[in-house]
Amino acid sequence: MSFWTRALRHKSFVAGGVLVALLVAMALLSFVWTPHPATEIDVPNKLQPPSMKHWLGTDSLGRDIVSQLIVGARASIAVGLIAVGIGIVAGVALGLLAAARRGWVEEAVMRLADFGLAFPALLTAIMLAAIYGPGLLTSIVAIGIFNIPEFARITRASANSVWSREFVLAARACGKGALRITMEHVLPNIASVLVVQATIRFAIAILAEAGLSYLGLGTQPPTPSWGRMLGEGQSMMYQAPMLAVWPGLAIVLSVLGLNLMGDGLRDLLDPKLARQR
Amino acid sequence: MSATDTPLLEVRDLRVVLPTARGPAAALRGVSFEMSRGEKLGLIGESGCGKSLTALAIMGLLPEGAVVEGSIGLNGQELVGLGDDALAALRGDRIAMIFQEPMTALNPLHSIGAQVAEPLRLHRGLDRAAARTEALRLLERVQLPKAAQRLDAYPHQLSGGQRQRVMIAMALACGPDLLIADEPTTALDVTLQHEVLMLIDELVQGSGMALLLISHDLGVMARHVQRVMVMYGGTVVESGPTAAVFARRAHPYTRGLHAARPRLGATRGTRLPTIPGRVPELADLGLGCAFAERCDRAVADCRRASPADVVVGDHHRARCIRIEEAST
Amino acid sequence: MFSAIIGRPHLPRGPAIALFLLRRFATFVLTLAVASVVVFAVLDVLPGNVAQVMLGESATPQAVAALEKKLGLDRPTPERYAAWIQGLFTLQPGNSHAYDTPITELVAERLVVTVPLALLAMALTVVLALAAGLYAASHHNRAGDLGVMAASQLGIAIPSFWFGILLVMLFAVKLPWFPSGGFPGWTEDEGGGLWDGLQALVLPAVALAVVQAAILARFVRSAVLEVLREDFVRTARAKGLSRRAVLWGHVLRNAMVPVVTVIGLQFAGLVTGTVVIENVFSLPGLGRLIFQAISNRDLPLVQAMVMLLAATVIVINFVVDVLYALIDPRLKMAER
Repeated sequence: MSFWTRALRHKSFVAGGVLVALLVAMALLSFVWTPHPATEIDVPNKLQPPSMKHWLGTDSLGRDIVSQLIVGARASIAVGLIAVGIGIVAGVALGLLAAARRGWVEEAVMRLADFGLAFPALLTAIMLAAIYGPGLLTSIVAIGIFNIPEFARITRASANSVWSREFVLAARACGKGALRITMEHVLPNIASVLVVQATIRFAIAILAEAGLSYLGLGTQPPTPSWGRMLGEGQSMMYQAPMLAVWPGLAIVLSVLGLNLMGDGLRDLLDPKLARQR
Repeated sequence: MSATDTPLLEVRDLRVVLPTARGPAAALRGVSFEMSRGEKLGLIGESGCGKSLTALAIMGLLPEGAVVEGSIGLNGQELVGLGDDALAALRGDRIAMIFQEPMTALNPLHSIGAQVAEPLRLHRGLDRAAARTEALRLLERVQLPKAAQRLDAYPHQLSGGQRQRVMIAMALACGPDLLIADEPTTALDVTLQHEVLMLIDELVQGSGMALLLISHDLGVMARHVQRVMVMYGGTVVESGPTAAVFARRAHPYTRGLHAARPRLGATRGTRLPTIPGRVPELADLGLGCAFAERCDRAVADCRRASPADVVVGDHHRARCIRIEEAST
Repeated sequence: MFSAIIGRPHLPRGPAIALFLLRRFATFVLTLAVASVVVFAVLDVLPGNVAQVMLGESATPQAVAALEKKLGLDRPTPERYAAWIQGLFTLQPGNSHAYDTPITELVAERLVVTVPLALLAMALTVVLALAAGLYAASHHNRAGDLGVMAASQLGIAIPSFWFGILLVMLFAVKLPWFPSGGFPGWTEDEGGGLWDGLQALVLPAVALAVVQAAILARFVRSAVLEVLREDFVRTARAKGLSRRAVLWGHVLRNAMVPVVTVIGLQFAGLVTGTVVIENVFSLPGLGRLIFQAISNRDLPLVQAMVMLLAATVIVINFVVDVLYALIDPRLKMAER
C-alpha cells in the first residue's frame, strides 16, 4: 500500500488534513478575495448581527467579521511557518551537531536546550517588545527562538539512535566523514520524526501567536489577527458575545487540525513512532 | 497417594483462543492433565508451544481478549469462568507462580520486605510488624544472604539469583497447594540454576506442595520432576513418567528434542542435530497434527485430523498415529 | 524510561544522593547565572542607549543625559551587571522608572495574587490530569479511553485565554456565579476576604487548568500504560492483588516518576499562562504589572520581572529533579 492510500484511510490524518487545507485555503483566498475589505471601518454599521451582507456580522468598528477571519489566517500561518522554520533550521543543525560530535559539544548543546526551556515564548516576546516595541516581527522572533531547543533536543535523540545503527558503522568504516554521514544517512532517517514535530510545533506556534496578539504584543492594527480579534471581542462581551467566539473557534479548529494531522503522520510515517509518548 | 484423593488440579480439554494481528488463533488446543498433591510435573517444549499459556490459564492471568474453554479444577473448584475477584483470592494463596525474568519481576520502587510481606497482609490479614517478621523468616528459608538487612533493600541492589530467591519466598509465603515455576532458572547463570532448582525441590518436598515446572531443558526435567508432559503447537503430544518418556521417546517431536540436546564430550566438529523447519505461527495451524510439517514420519493421514491419545506404556501416552517402535 | 537509568549499586545511598544533589545544584546555579546574563544582555546592552529607549524618540538630549546619570549608565557594562546582580540578591533592585517606587514593593503587592492563582491552577491541573489519565489507562481501547483522548485533543487546541473568556461569558455574565474580573483583596479592610478572594481566582484557575490538564492527562495515561506492561505488574497480580489494588499500590507510584518531570516542564507554560490569564480577568498580579511596564518602557522593572519569572521556572525544574531522585531509589545519576 502506498503512502497516500494508507494516509487517506487514516481517520485522524484525513480529519486533520481537511481542517488544515481549509486553513491554508482561507489564507490563500485572502490574497485574492474577501467578502469585504477586512480593514474597512464603517462605524455606522457597527455590531451588526449576522446578515446576508455580513455573514457573521460586524465588529465594534463596523469591520466585517468573516473578512477579518480570512485575512487573520494569514498572520497565523505566516508566524507558524517562519517560526517553525527558524526552529528547524537552527534547532536541527544544533541537534545534528550534538549527535555527530558527542562529548562536550553535546553537553553544551543540551544545557543550552534545557536553558531555553526557562524562556517560554512569552517571556522572550516581552523582552523584545520592551525594547523594540510589539509587532509581527517580535512574535515571529520570540516564537522562533522558543522552537529551537525543542527541535535541537528531538533531533539529537533521533540522530543518536541512527548513529548507533550498523549501516552507519559501515559507512564510518569506509572512511566517510561525519558531515557526509549526517547528510546522507542521518538526516533522511530522522526526516519523518521532524515532519511530525513540525506539524505539532506549528500548532503551538499558532496558539502562541494568538496569545501574543491578544496581549497586544503581536500583530498590530490594522492587520487583522485572530488573537487581537479575541481581545476586541472580549471588550464587547456584553453587547455582542459572539464576537469573541468566532476567532476562538478559528484558532481551535486550526490547531486541532494540525494536531490531528501530526498524530496521523506519526502513525503513518513510522508505526514504531506511534509508541513514542 | 490413596485412590480416594481427588486430584489437586484437574485440567480437562483446555482451549484458549487469543486475539492476534491476523485474527483469533487457537493457542491451546485441548490440553488435559491431572496433578495430585505433592506431585512434581514438568512441562517441556519450545517457545511458542503453549506451556506458559497453560500456566497463565490456570492462574487466570491470560491477556485481555483471550477466550477460555474447557475446565480447570483446583481442589474440585472450577476456575474457568470464575470472576477475577474470586480468582485473585486464590492467587498467591492456593496457587502461586514464579516467572522467568527475576530482573524485572519485582517492583523497583518497593522494598524487598514489603513485596514479600504483601501476600501475607493480603491473604492472611497480618499487620505490618507480623508480616515483616514472617517475611524475614521466609527470606532466610530461601537462603538469601544477609536477609535481615535485605528486608529494607530495593531490588536493584540484589543480583538476579537473589531476586529469584525473593520471588520464591513471595510465592511460598502463604503455603500454596500448587507452585507453578515458569522457566525459573533460564535467565540465570548455569551455576545458579542448579542451586535455585535444588532450593525449589527442597522447599516443595518439605511442605507437600505440588510443583508444575516449565522448562525447555531436558536435563532439568530429568533431574527434578517425576512426570513430564511434552507440548507442541498448543497440545500435549506426549506425557508420562520422566524416565520412560525420555527413554522411549514415542512421539517424533520428543525424539527430535532428545536428539537435539548438546552433549558434553562429543567430538569436535560434530554437528548438532536439529529439528528441520520452524515453530509454526498460531494462526497457521490447521486441523491436522501440528508437528506434521516438520516430522520425518508424517503421512497424509497426519494432516487430516488431530491424532488421538495413544497409550504407550504405564501412565505413558502420546498423540501420534506413527509412533516409533521402541529403540535407542 | 527505566531502562535509560543507570544506577551505581555499590555506592551507599547516603553519599550517592549527596553527590547527585551537589551536581544538580551546581547546574542550577549555572543556569540561573546564564539566565541573568541573557536577560541583562537583552534588556540592558542590546538596546544600545537604554535611556533613549525608555524616554522615546522625542526626548530631549538633556533628559536622556539626566536619565543616563540616574541609572548609572555611564559605568562600564560588567560593573553595571554586577551592580544589578547585587541588587537582586539583596532584594534591592532599585526603583521602577515609571512609578518611582521600589520594585520589590510593586512585585510583592502583585505576588499575593499571582502565587495563589498559580498554585490553585497547578493543583487543579494535577488532580484533573491524574483522574483523567488513570481512567483512560484502565479503560484502554474502550469507550472511556477514547472519550478522554478526544476530550484532551480538544483541550490542547483551546487557547486558555479564550476558554477564560468563554467561562466569564457563561459563569459570570449569563449565570452570575463568579465575578467577571478584578480582585477584591484578601483582607476585609481592602473590601474582600478569603472567600471573596478565592472566588475571584476560581474561573482563571479553571481556564488555566483545563488546558494544562489536557496535556498532562496524555502523559499520565501513557506512563500508566507503560507501567502496566512491566513484569512486576504481572507478579503483583499473581500474588492475588485485584486490578484496582495493583493500579493504586504498584502502578501509580511508578508512573508518577516520569509524570513528575513533565509537571515540572509544564511549569514554564503555567507561568506564561498565568501572565496571560491575569490580563483576561483583570487581576492585579504580575501579569498586569509586566504589561504596564512594557507600555511604559520601564526597563528596570521589566528586567527585574523577567528575571523573576525565569528564575521561578529554573527553581521549579531544580526542585522537580531533586524530587525525582528522591522518589526513585535507584537514583538517576547518569547523564540524561
